[in-house]
Amino acid sequence: MMSSFLQVLLDGILNGLVYALVAAGLSMIWGVMDVINFAHGEFLMVGMYVSYWIGFFLNVDPLYSWIAAGIFLFILGAVTYKLIIKNSLGKSAMAPLLATFGLSMVLKNFCMNRFTPNFRILQGTILEGKTLSVGGAILSVPQLATALFALVVLGVLYWMLKKTRLGWAIQATAMDSEAAELMGIKTENIYLLVFGIGGACVGITGGLMTSYLAVYPEVGSLFSLIAFVVVALGGFGSIPGALLAAILIGLVESFSGFYIAAVVKYVAVFAVYIAVILVRPKGLFGW
Amino acid sequence: MNTKKISSGIWYLLLAGAFVLPFIPGGVGSTFHGHVLTMILLYASMAQSWNIISGYCGQTSFGHAVFFGIGAYGAAMAVVQYNSLPWFGAPLGALAAALVSVLISAPCFRLKGHYFAIATFAIVEIFNRLFMIWDTVGGALGLDYPILDDGWVNFSWSSDKNGYYLGALCLFVLIFGIVRWIESHRMGYYLRAVREGQETAESLGVNSSFVKLSAMALSAGLAGLCGAFFAQYNYRVDPPMVMSLDMSMKFVLITILGGLGTFWGPLLGAAVLIPLQEYTRAYLSHLGSGVDLIIFGLIIIFTMIRQPNGIMGLIRRFTPENEDSAAGDGEN
Repeated sequence: MMSSFLQVLLDGILNGLVYALVAAGLSMIWGVMDVINFAHGEFLMVGMYVSYWIGFFLNVDPLYSWIAAGIFLFILGAVTYKLIIKNSLGKSAMAPLLATFGLSMVLKNFCMNRFTPNFRILQGTILEGKTLSVGGAILSVPQLATALFALVVLGVLYWMLKKTRLGWAIQATAMDSEAAELMGIKTENIYLLVFGIGGACVGITGGLMTSYLAVYPEVGSLFSLIAFVVVALGGFGSIPGALLAAILIGLVESFSGFYIAAVVKYVAVFAVYIAVILVRPKGLFGW
Repeated sequence: MNTKKISSGIWYLLLAGAFVLPFIPGGVGSTFHGHVLTMILLYASMAQSWNIISGYCGQTSFGHAVFFGIGAYGAAMAVVQYNSLPWFGAPLGALAAALVSVLISAPCFRLKGHYFAIATFAIVEIFNRLFMIWDTVGGALGLDYPILDDGWVNFSWSSDKNGYYLGALCLFVLIFGIVRWIESHRMGYYLRAVREGQETAESLGVNSSFVKLSAMALSAGLAGLCGAFFAQYNYRVDPPMVMSLDMSMKFVLITILGGLGTFWGPLLGAAVLIPLQEYTRAYLSHLGSGVDLIIFGLIIIFTMIRQPNGIMGLIRRFTPENEDSAAGDGEN
């Protein structure tokens, strides 16, 4: 009994950490530009495919290919900003959201068309099948590695936002882009960079996730919904908020899945979200 | 005055033509073009129902698949589980959709901007998953219609599909008629007042909560009716088909492509997107799966970049004086 509790608890936290990294990029974009990137889940899917195909053709382990996935998604994010977001921003409240929804359709169906809807699993990765026993609970090492990595990336992101000049510029742009512009910050470049970093975060996560999850064109859909919920729950633009909200969501998922039924776990996740958001309309840490 | 009379005369003539069309041999029948026409009418009706709350009243809902789905299940439950007629199931489903919409919206209308949008995503996901595990409504397998006799009693036609076309046309006339009526009556002004500024509207004595909730109930009920039609036409319902985020997005995209908050926008959007989707699906299938949706996505991106006010925005740009001045400009 006790060990299953520990197992469920640790599973929840590990999943939550991964969700946090998926959500971090979304949260930054939302916080700085007030844009929901609807293609966020598809960015994750693209990151997974990048690392999968590198592993498949070049035999590079996801432990290394996440770098390539991160760089690729940084570029994809920046290009998305240049071509789509920049041109739809400010035209109407819905324009960027729907434009990125269009992008998500394009990316998803492109992969469907090129790579078939089949599930693809990378064989023979370094961490494959390895487990770690902690006080009776059995943890999957690939998942643990991804979760720890998520924590490190989030830490770097937080440090970057709080301690570097670039981070201050991003924060200034988020608070008041006109004033920031007057202070000599090129907000245009900040937006570009934020979209790139947002893409890179989700690309890194996707790259690492191929070591324990199957890749298929629809894989991003659920993750993007969870990321939306995490960001809205954490309060927009807040990295610590996203982290705590993500762990909360991970715990709700694992506990409801274990103690109620596996089929209701996402019902519970979204219901908890609705319940919280009705009490605190701008999220747990929003203002 | 005179030109207005003439133009409304033209509209009535077109409408009469649409009703007569199936009686001309080879007009609609069971051809693929007939199917496309029926789908245009259905999706235009759906988009118009969404337009009531999101276009005229400014509350962008991504949750309409829930109401559509409840309506679809209403008709399907009546036919499949109770061996009854869709004529009982459809109104009950629409009523249930309206009721559910009020229960959901009453608390959620407090949320602003993206928070409201994400809450409605989450609600679609909750309903989708609940219906997937609810055995009474068929669970993940959904409900398959039995073979029914053709005709209006069962609202079911197997070979000659003129009935479906006429049914969709009636739905279209009903929903567009209701919206036309609202537009020119007090409710329409209330809706637009709430969209343009809730506080201002309240200060002028408009009960904004009541206005929003009643608009939502009407919008959801009509979406439910469309769902019932969809179930009859499709001969089956299951949660991913009728109660998914993708279905919700269809309400949104068609309206926005046509022109948010405008009377003809939903029809224009459906008249462009639906044939495009149906014909590319039929004629580009040799390029593999998903090509139709790639084109769909590219059009959405392009519209949002170039003309976020949709086709109506494009028309307005080229006609400086428009008679449809009562409609909004789609910004909110």
